[in-house]
Amino acid sequence: MSPELTANLAATAAKMVVALGMLLTVVPVMVWVERRGSALMQDRPGPNRLGPFGLFQALADALKFFFKEDVTPTAVDRVMYLAAPVLVLLPALTTFSVIPFGPDLLWNGRRIPLLVADVDAGVLLFLALGSLGVYGLVMAGYGSNNKFSLLGSLRASAQLISYELALTLAVVAAILPVGSFRLPDVVAYQQAHVWTVLPQILGFLVFLVASFAETNRLPFDLAEAESELIAGFHTEYSAMRFASFFMAEYIAMTSLSALGVTLYFGGWSLPGIHLGNGWLGAVLGLLVLTAKIAVALAVFVWVRWTFPRFRYDQLMRLGWKVLLPIALVNFLLTAVLTLLGKI
Amino acid sequence: METAIFLLFAALAVVSAVVVVAHRNPVHATMSLVLTLFSVAVLFVLLGAPFLAALQILIYAGAILVLFLFVIMLLNVQREETPYHGQPVQRWAAILGAAVFCGMLAMLLFRSSLASNGGAPLGPLTESLVSFKGLAADLFSVDLLPFEIVGLLLLVAVIGASAVAKRPTAEERLAPGRRLPEGPLDGAEDQPR
Amino acid sequence: MSGTVPISWYLVLAALLFAIGAAGALTRRNGISIFLSIELMLNAANLTLVAYSRLWGERTGQLVVFFVLAVAAAEAAVGLALFIAIYRQRRTIDVNRLNLMRW
Repeated sequence: MSPELTANLAATAAKMVVALGMLLTVVPVMVWVERRGSALMQDRPGPNRLGPFGLFQALADALKFFFKEDVTPTAVDRVMYLAAPVLVLLPALTTFSVIPFGPDLLWNGRRIPLLVADVDAGVLLFLALGSLGVYGLVMAGYGSNNKFSLLGSLRASAQLISYELALTLAVVAAILPVGSFRLPDVVAYQQAHVWTVLPQILGFLVFLVASFAETNRLPFDLAEAESELIAGFHTEYSAMRFASFFMAEYIAMTSLSALGVTLYFGGWSLPGIHLGNGWLGAVLGLLVLTAKIAVALAVFVWVRWTFPRFRYDQLMRLGWKVLLPIALVNFLLTAVLTLLGKI
Repeated sequence: METAIFLLFAALAVVSAVVVVAHRNPVHATMSLVLTLFSVAVLFVLLGAPFLAALQILIYAGAILVLFLFVIMLLNVQREETPYHGQPVQRWAAILGAAVFCGMLAMLLFRSSLASNGGAPLGPLTESLVSFKGLAADLFSVDLLPFEIVGLLLLVAVIGASAVAKRPTAEERLAPGRRLPEGPLDGAEDQPR
Repeated sequence: MSGTVPISWYLVLAALLFAIGAAGALTRRNGISIFLSIELMLNAANLTLVAYSRLWGERTGQLVVFFVLAVAAAEAAVGLALFIAIYRQRRTIDVNRLNLMRW
């Protein structure tokens, strides 16, 4: 193996460690934020027994999941039932690989772009891998051999593919002025001009609503529907398998928030501040990105505990008859303005 | 390195293709087709078409096969009792026929590729081949007519599919001259909302 | 980087996938499984097109695959709608029993 190849592999491995570390630490943090945040909004204390401010609650939850009895019902479709928890995690984890977390690092004479997968097809790869998230849901529902699970998973997959359209159109409209699918180019464009959220306010609103639907979060969580379908598509799962669905939801939220923040709010960059290409710039970029993702995740929690759940037909109507036309109009406008050179 | 990746994903594609064709449960067959499509997408990347690889996963694996799964679950397609028409000899005939067909096809392609470059390794991946801008430029200049026609085709398909799969309304069902029996999915909308 | 895998390997793989798909389309009894095998054949054709595109260093093959993908999507939508309509009428998608137009 040439030294060039080994250096590349080592750099990619380091970046993967950073990305995975970020994604896996987000889960326990989010568990705590969710429970304390919901408690705050509902005017009750929330977990406050385990550690200061209930900080060790997530640890207790993790231990509980670890030691719970793993019940596998006998009539399930083995292959699907066992593969579903893995399949929900895969898109959530891999989509994060195209998000840049800092300016290019100049080290040892090499220019290392700070994203795990520096491909030309950045955003397209994100959307493609994200669209595979449907399969985990479908396999969980079908494999459970349970009417409620099947209903939940069918609803969830219909919801996911409907809102995927609006999401894709919003994303494409956001990258149209940039002229490139690569997210570092998008960030560079926003550094040179204004944050995309300002010219693309319509697109951002569509993206926001569609991202709630894509991650099965309230007000669009018909798939889990705690009071209607028992636990929806993950009814028959217990212990670690349930935990993996749980984790996958939070990781998908983080990845999608990262995309939204990079596309619309400048990603790792701050307006007017040039972070430089050294190690300091990289660390600062990562911190800025983390802060923005944290704000986005707080919005997710905030919306969850504020709005009631959408009924299924209302949800589908919103996706097809409201969001899709708005996204199309936004796309058309952006295309015309880009062609005229106005953006 | 490239050979290893090719061999791995080619083997994966062939094995999952056989599962698609031979497995009796259509849901499992569809999931196996997802795996096949994914392997073919990786091979597209090896062949210098990353845009097509992403599109393949996004459209084919991410949308078309989900539609397949929906219809399979909607129609409650059961496991096939036997994957062949009932005679074991037909299965062996199919396998033999497929083998012969594959041999013929492979020989045809092999010959044509030998004539083109004599079995030598492929040329380097040029920027014009791999870049997205090149494909997009072609689509919107030289191949604009096929592009627009495909758009029209998709519109026609959407309208046609909605029209064909629509439940017949009450008037259509009671229309004089309608002789075919009511299916199990008709009449459901007569219930009060 | 120069390719280390000769083009004939890709073509043989495509031929193999096509043959497997053809065998499936001919032997399956379930209409949707036949449809799945047809999609497999389409993929094999796509692979051949992209392989030749790489061989000659031109983009034409990739363009055709782009259109094939779109047409496959349209065909899948219409085909599945037809299956739904057939099921509604005949309560089956077993191709052995869908023989109204036979002599």
